[in-house]
Amino acid sequence: MAKVYQPPVQKGFGQFIDSMVLLVLVYLSLLAPLVLGGTASEAEADIADTAATWQALEQNETMQAQWEKLGYTPETAEPIVTKKFHYEVEPVSLGITVAVIVAYFFFMLKVSDREYREVINERFGPRGRTEA
Amino acid sequence: MTTATEAGKPEKIALLKVLGPVHVWALGVGIVLVGEYMGWNFSVAKGGAYGALIACWVIGLLYTCVAMIDSEVTSTVAAAGGQYTQAKHIIGPLMAFNVGLYLVMAYTMLEAADALVVGDLLKAVAAQYGAELDPRPFVVLTIAFLAWLNYRGVFMTLTVNFVITAFAVIAILVLFFSTAGVGGGESLLRHSELLTDLPYGWIGVLASLQFGMWYYLGIEGTCQAAEEVRSAGRSIPLGTMGGMITLLVAASLTWYMCTGLIPWEYLGQATTPLYDAARLTGSVQLEVTLFIGTMFAAIASANGCINDASRAWFSMARDRYMPQWFGAVHPRYRTPYRSILFLIPIAVSFAFTGLLDQVITFSILSGLLGYTFMSFNIVRFRRLWPLGSIERGYVHPYHPLPAIVLGLLCSATYFATYLGYGTSLLSIMAFYILASLWFVVRRYPYVKRGEQFTMPWPRPKGY
Repeated sequence: MAKVYQPPVQKGFGQFIDSMVLLVLVYLSLLAPLVLGGTASEAEADIADTAATWQALEQNETMQAQWEKLGYTPETAEPIVTKKFHYEVEPVSLGITVAVIVAYFFFMLKVSDREYREVINERFGPRGRTEA
Repeated sequence: MTTATEAGKPEKIALLKVLGPVHVWALGVGIVLVGEYMGWNFSVAKGGAYGALIACWVIGLLYTCVAMIDSEVTSTVAAAGGQYTQAKHIIGPLMAFNVGLYLVMAYTMLEAADALVVGDLLKAVAAQYGAELDPRPFVVLTIAFLAWLNYRGVFMTLTVNFVITAFAVIAILVLFFSTAGVGGGESLLRHSELLTDLPYGWIGVLASLQFGMWYYLGIEGTCQAAEEVRSAGRSIPLGTMGGMITLLVAASLTWYMCTGLIPWEYLGQATTPLYDAARLTGSVQLEVTLFIGTMFAAIASANGCINDASRAWFSMARDRYMPQWFGAVHPRYRTPYRSILFLIPIAVSFAFTGLLDQVITFSILSGLLGYTFMSFNIVRFRRLWPLGSIERGYVHPYHPLPAIVLGLLCSATYFATYLGYGTSLLSIMAFYILASLWFVVRRYPYVKRGEQFTMPWPRPKGY
């Protein structure tokens, strides 16, 4: 059997700090897009400047009737109808995104494999010996 | 795991094995069904009504692969923590830590969004009758009540989930039969006048894949019940695949009704589209039914999310991936009560950040990272323990086709997330990278190596 690793005992204060570290990281990552200036609206195009009539909003009679049943007028419906997304693929930012995701999984699989060998060797003994 | 002392002897306390396939179905569908009541429709804004339908089916295929793969691995690795425990046995500790985090983050943030829906719906209905309502107390009350239910026991929690989820499914069917003209009446649906071409072309269809995940996000949560079901080999595949069939039908019906009643521009930003569809029929009975259905769907989802997030956190703590204090089981109710209580204020704080977009994106992306893991996890599982070398509760067909399809569809959904939320995507990846480094440096030294492998399996091939 391989030598059994004995981890240190963590005190209550250390456990509390560790829980908080993770929470701080989560909140930072939630706030980061706001600070960096990129949020959900990054993909939204400018709102078109149109007159507020159902015809100008290209709504047929059935659509008009449904909007009105929902309590909307052409004026109140206009910001919803004219809101458009603008999809842009920037090769550099796409490349960075792909690289980050691939690097993340590569790092994780590499380190996991090293740790997994420690687990297996301790559980089953060094390779070539009798299984536990 | 904690211990209780009786007559001076320490006694190990485990989670209770009391659940059957119906509870597994209720857990999976209960978490997800709220996605039919709200959230899926944002894919209409991204790619138009037809884009949302394509997303519904393409992402449905992604989740069918997830359900097939998950059923095999979970019915074999039957332990609390679901995919976390699978990763621990098949890939290694760092991957397991990340998978545990995906689960906790996806479910806690989804829980926050669910509670917000309850508050927003009450506010909207109050506004319809001229009253003004502050939704915040209802958000806190919902989470607090469900936490209490979870604290008291898993059997009652998931039995309640079964009842309210079944009602929410029936409400969708009632709306369908009342509006589609099935069985004789006149159809109220006006697809020919309301449907338009793809407003952004095929790139819009790709972009809509991100919110298409809301039709099914969380079905993989059935695995969290693995340690509490009476027969994992039977209950998990039955409950999961049954849940997936329910969701595919419910998602298609939801799309069909909503796009036949609501102009796509409104549908793309609606908070409660099925309730709005019921309002448009002019029937008070349908309106009340869908109001209750929406409330029940959101409550069932939050309930299931508390159940799953706490099991994942508990499992990580039990293995010391996270502070050990959270790995305690209640001596009387046999629930992971400290994990349940710890995650409650966090869910409430997520709900009140005012960053709902980011919170939802975090939840979706965490789910997506988990599905990416499943695609290579199953390949490795079959390689380390080929068929016949260990007893499997269920063997999924056509391997490795589901794994390849899953990997490809995950890549397409990353691209969709990049199109709409590129900066959020990078900041969430930064979180997981930093958390991974923190685990390697700070938490892994506390982990007992050999104890990570608890299954009665032979040594993995090649190790």
